[in-house]
Amino acid sequence: MGNNKMSEPQKAQGHQGATGLGVDQQKKQGVMPVLQYVWRLFWRDKPGLLGLIMVLILVFCAVGAPWITAYDPVKPNLRDAKKPPVWMENGIKGHLLGTDNLGRDLFTRIIYGSRVSLTVGFLGVLMACSAGMAIGMAAGYFGGRIDALIMGLVNMILALPYLVFVVFIAAILGRSLLNVILIFGLTDIPIFVRIARGEVLRMREAGFIESAQSVGASTFRILSTHVLPNLIGPLITLATFEMSAMIFYEAGLGFLGLSVPPNVPSWGNMLAVGRQYLTIYPWFATFPGLAIVFAGIGMNLLGDWLRDALDPRLRRMKR
Amino acid sequence: MQRYFISRVIQSLLVLAGVLMMVFFMMHLTGDPAGLMASRNASPEEIARLRDQMGLNRPMTIQFFEFAIDVLSGDFGNSTRYHQPAMDLILERLPATVELASISLFISMIIGIPLGLLGGSNPNSMVDYLARGAGLFGQTVPNFWLALILILVFGLHLGWFPTFGRETWRFMGLTLPTRSVFLPACSLSLFTLGQLARFTRSAVMEVRSEDYILTARSKGLSVRRIYIQHILRNASIPLISIVGVQFGYLLSGSIYIETIFSWPGLGNLLADAIGNRDFALVQGIAFFSSFVVVILNLLTDMAYATADPRVRYGE
Repeated sequence: MGNNKMSEPQKAQGHQGATGLGVDQQKKQGVMPVLQYVWRLFWRDKPGLLGLIMVLILVFCAVGAPWITAYDPVKPNLRDAKKPPVWMENGIKGHLLGTDNLGRDLFTRIIYGSRVSLTVGFLGVLMACSAGMAIGMAAGYFGGRIDALIMGLVNMILALPYLVFVVFIAAILGRSLLNVILIFGLTDIPIFVRIARGEVLRMREAGFIESAQSVGASTFRILSTHVLPNLIGPLITLATFEMSAMIFYEAGLGFLGLSVPPNVPSWGNMLAVGRQYLTIYPWFATFPGLAIVFAGIGMNLLGDWLRDALDPRLRRMKR
Repeated sequence: MQRYFISRVIQSLLVLAGVLMMVFFMMHLTGDPAGLMASRNASPEEIARLRDQMGLNRPMTIQFFEFAIDVLSGDFGNSTRYHQPAMDLILERLPATVELASISLFISMIIGIPLGLLGGSNPNSMVDYLARGAGLFGQTVPNFWLALILILVFGLHLGWFPTFGRETWRFMGLTLPTRSVFLPACSLSLFTLGQLARFTRSAVMEVRSEDYILTARSKGLSVRRIYIQHILRNASIPLISIVGVQFGYLLSGSIYIETIFSWPGLGNLLADAIGNRDFALVQGIAFFSSFVVVILNLLTDMAYATADPRVRYGE
């Protein structure tokens, strides 16, 4: 997948030169034309491309952390503790962003920290999205009492002060990666339910569900071959935004000391330490924050792009 | 109109009943509230005694109804740390939070709304990029990090603003905010500012493309008049609801900011209570902030329905 994407620019550009924007007319089969098409959509929307690159960098950091940096993110090295970044006075070579209070390389910890953020973001969203999709489909498709009950619950949860409850649950369950994933995975379900249900209702109005019913298609068949494929676009878009929000909230929990255990390198935990040393060693807090902003901007730009690209009506308007 | 209001009030009451249940059962998530409330190095005997004391050996339903009756009469139990009724502590901290939230909302409104208006009326101009940038930054820059940076720059480096605690100014019997609120309010307003800029922008863009604007234009109305009489008026309706929701968010979402600036409000109290495992107080704060948010949502919806007849007759 990654390789294909990398080799695409020349091909796509060559193609564009020959046929202009006539992407939709392509009749070729196989994966390449689709990838070319996707690339074309990215090329047309530069912020989206930037978002994609930023997200790919993040994924690369999380997956390839041991190859990017040679330091251990956890083992203390008190001899080199509290060194400023390289470009400042007293900065030492080899520690690009300086070291923390225990002498651990900050750059290394930020790279490893992306693992926690992406794990929480990805698994949390996966959980919320799949559960929310199933529940939302049921509510929108069956309607009636089931719908009223589900939407009553959803609206109730969405009306609550989110942060207060997340903090409350986190304090009760205690610090662990699994708990954090569960907290965000569960509390984020209502948003996905609402969007999925709304889309199903729109599909009902479009009439193709009714026509499938009239030719005798089973409920399972209608849901799996007609409803589900149409849900994927909006839900993937939402998932991107929610992933960015979860990374944000995970860091917030870490900041309060309620996320992963303190020895795990995560951006929130680093910020919590950074706050204690803010006046003396300001770089402790500065860089992890920048990492959070980087992740957020990347995912939001990608999300904006997905929303436009996956919604054909918007795409046509853009041209 | 009346029917809409009544159904909204009933809905809000149901939500509050749900909140009551959630707040109660959350304490039972780990299966043992006594173990949760006891100090970290309590012996099993001590925990058992506490369980007895709290009446946790009785049937769950009885416990719940007792809890519900207590809460409805304004009694959230006593804080184990401060040995005071939780409600008193909450009410004592409320003014600071309201002050912070109102000033944050004010800052977000005076910057966010004009930015959205200008951006929406001049798509793809510099102002528009600024408005969109504000929306993006509001969503991606964590306010707890921004707070640290603001402390570094304006508190420590430039020394313009205090970075710690709340000072008030008493004037003719009123308690007025001083500049100590500035940094916390700025950090807290970031998200809301971005949201307001975003929503105002899209509301203006939407209204601009309505047929009645075209009609107004073809009638020969001046651009200025169209903006003031048609675009601004119609675009401000959806703003009512977003401002209401955001105020609720600000009231309940200041936990990081209040902790960082040692602002003596509800968020700070919540963080303290969690640190001290003072769960009676945590329950109280969770219920109280939900209550405030639900009431705010109700008022917002009523204001919205009054301003936009389509909502009333919609269903």
